Amino acid sequence: MSLSPEQVRNIARLARIAITDAEAATVRDQLNGILGLIERMQAVDTSGIAPMAHAQDLSQRLRDDRVTESDRHEAFQSVAPEVEAGLYLVPRVME
Amino acid sequence: MINESLVQLGGRLRTREVSSVELTTAFLERIARLNPVLNAFITVDRERTLAQAREADARLGRGEGGPLTGIPVAHKDIFCARGWRTTCGSRMLSNFVSPYDAHVVERLAGAGAVCLGKTNMDEFAMGSSNETSHFGPVKNPWNTAMVSGGSSGGSAAAVAARLAPGATGTDTGGSIRQPAALCGLTGLKPTYGVVSRYGMIAFASSLDQGGPMARSAQDCALLLNSMSGFDPRDSTSLERPAEDYSRGVDAARDPDRPLVGLTVGLPKEFFGPGMDADVAAAVEAAIAEVRRLGAQTVDIGLPNMELSIPVYYVLAPAEASSNLSRFDGVRYGHRSAQFDDLMDMYCRTRAEGFGDEVKRRILIGTYVLSHGYYDAYYLQAQKLRRLIAQDFVAAFRHCDVIMGPTSPTVAFALGARSADPVQMYLSDIYTIAVNLAGLPGMSIPCGFGGHGLPVGLQIIGNYFDEARMIEVAHRYQQVTDWHLRAPAL
Repeated sequence: MSLSPEQVRNIARLARIAITDAEAATVRDQLNGILGLIERMQAVDTSGIAPMAHAQDLSQRLRDDRVTESDRHEAFQSVAPEVEAGLYLVPRVME
Repeated sequence: MINESLVQLGGRLRTREVSSVELTTAFLERIARLNPVLNAFITVDRERTLAQAREADARLGRGEGGPLTGIPVAHKDIFCARGWRTTCGSRMLSNFVSPYDAHVVERLAGAGAVCLGKTNMDEFAMGSSNETSHFGPVKNPWNTAMVSGGSSGGSAAAVAARLAPGATGTDTGGSIRQPAALCGLTGLKPTYGVVSRYGMIAFASSLDQGGPMARSAQDCALLLNSMSGFDPRDSTSLERPAEDYSRGVDAARDPDRPLVGLTVGLPKEFFGPGMDADVAAAVEAAIAEVRRLGAQTVDIGLPNMELSIPVYYVLAPAEASSNLSRFDGVRYGHRSAQFDDLMDMYCRTRAEGFGDEVKRRILIGTYVLSHGYYDAYYLQAQKLRRLIAQDFVAAFRHCDVIMGPTSPTVAFALGARSADPVQMYLSDIYTIAVNLAGLPGMSIPCGFGGHGLPVGLQIIGNYFDEARMIEVAHRYQQVTDWHLRAPAL
C-alpha cells in the first residue's frame, strides 16, 4: 500500500490542512513509511474477535435534565480570533 | 530543601518551619537560573504563583493544611489552568489563556498545592523526545546534549533538575513513563478512567490518562490521592470509592523481606534483542533486588505485544484527527492572517498552527478513517487491541505485577531520530501496550547506563492495582538510592 501524490492532496483537503506541491512529496514519503509500519497488522487473522473501542466497558451515564452551567460566553469568547455582538465571525459563506 | 520529598516538605510546611512563599521562591529562583539551559517550562508567572503560595500560608496558619498544602507543583502545559496561558506545546494555542481549570488542576489547587508554572511538552503530546514542541526541545538535565524523552519531557526535566518537587504529566503511549525513565524519576500512569480528562487537551481519548511525576513512589501516591476521583464532566471517569494510594507504603512488613508473597511476571517479549545491553544490565539487577526482597518471579508471554506499535499508530492518529478538528481558527487559538474564503481560512490556519508531526498524525488518522479503508485499518486495529489486552488478562492469572524495561535505550542525542518518524515511534515499544489495555504502569529509576544516563524499570499492574505497584516501587526505593541521585547542574 503506497499513497500517490493525488491521494496525499485529497487526504490533506479532507483534513483541512493546506500543503504545497513541494511539501506533498516529503509528506507522501513519510506517510508511506508509517503505513509500512502499520501494514504488519494485516497478517493477523482476527475473524471472530470483537473490536475493542475502549479500555473499560462503560455505558454512558445519564443525568437529570436541569441547568448546571452558568453563562460565561464573554469569558469563552474573549479568547476567540474575531467576535461581534456575541457571535463568532467567519468569512462570508453566502453572497 | 530542594532535594526533599513531598512528604518531608509537607511536614516542614505544617510545622511552619518554612513558609510556602519561601519554598516556592526557592524553586522559582532555580527555574530562573536553570530554565534558560533546560527549557523545561513554557510559562512561568511569578506573581500568580506567589499569590497562591500566600493563600496556602494563610491556610497553614489557620491549621487547615493537608498533605499538599503549600507544595509547589508544575503542570504539563496540556492541562488548562484558569488565567494561565495553556499552549499544549503548539503554535495553534500560543495565545490561548484558559478560561477554566482542568479537573486535575482544580483538585490539586483545592488541596492547597501551588502552581509553579506550565511545563514544555511535545506538540499536542505527539512525540517521544520533546523535540516536536513549538517552544523548542527540553534538554536532559543529566546531559544537555540528550533528549528528555516525551511527551511530558518538561515535567520530567523539571523534577529531575529540582526545578519542581513534583509535576503532572499525561500518558497516551508512554508519555509519563518514558521521560521519567530517561530523566531518572518516578512516574505513574493510572488505570484508564481513574484521573479525569476534563480540561486535559485531548489527543487520543480512549488512551489519554493523566498521572503524577515525582522523585519517589511515595510522593507519586500523595499526588495521585489528590488528582484521582470521579468527575461527571468526563464521560469515561470511573465512579469508584476514594482510595488511599499510600496504604501499601504505610503497611507493616518484614523489613528484610517485605515483598514475600509477591509474584513478578517477566514477559519474554520485554527481554529480547531490542533492548540495549546497558538497559538490560540495570533492569536485571533491579529484578535481582526485588527477588532479594522476597518476591518470586515467573516467565510469562505477551505474544501480541509486537503488534502494539502498528495498532497504536492507527488508533491514536484516528482519534487525534477527530479531536484536533476543533482547531479551526474560529473559537480559540491561531487564525491565519490571510485567506480567500472559509475553506481557505481553515486550511491555512491549520497549516500554520500545527507542526509537522501533528500534521502527519492528522493525515494518517484521516486516511485510516476514510471511505473504503475503515475496516482494513481502524476495525482491524480495534480487534488487535482486544488480543493485546487479553494477553495481559492471561498473564495476570500467573503474577501480581509485571516488570521490564521502560525504554529500550537510555536518552538519545537531540536530533538523532527526528528525521525519521518511524524510528522515533519504535522508542515506545515497551509502554504502548499498557495504554491499549488501559492498565496502570509506572517507571522508577533503577541505575545508570551509557554516558551516565538513567535507566527506568517499568512496573505494570492489574486494573486498579496502583496501590500495590506503588508499594512494590517503594520497597525497592527503601533499599536503593537511584531515585535520590541528582544531576550536577
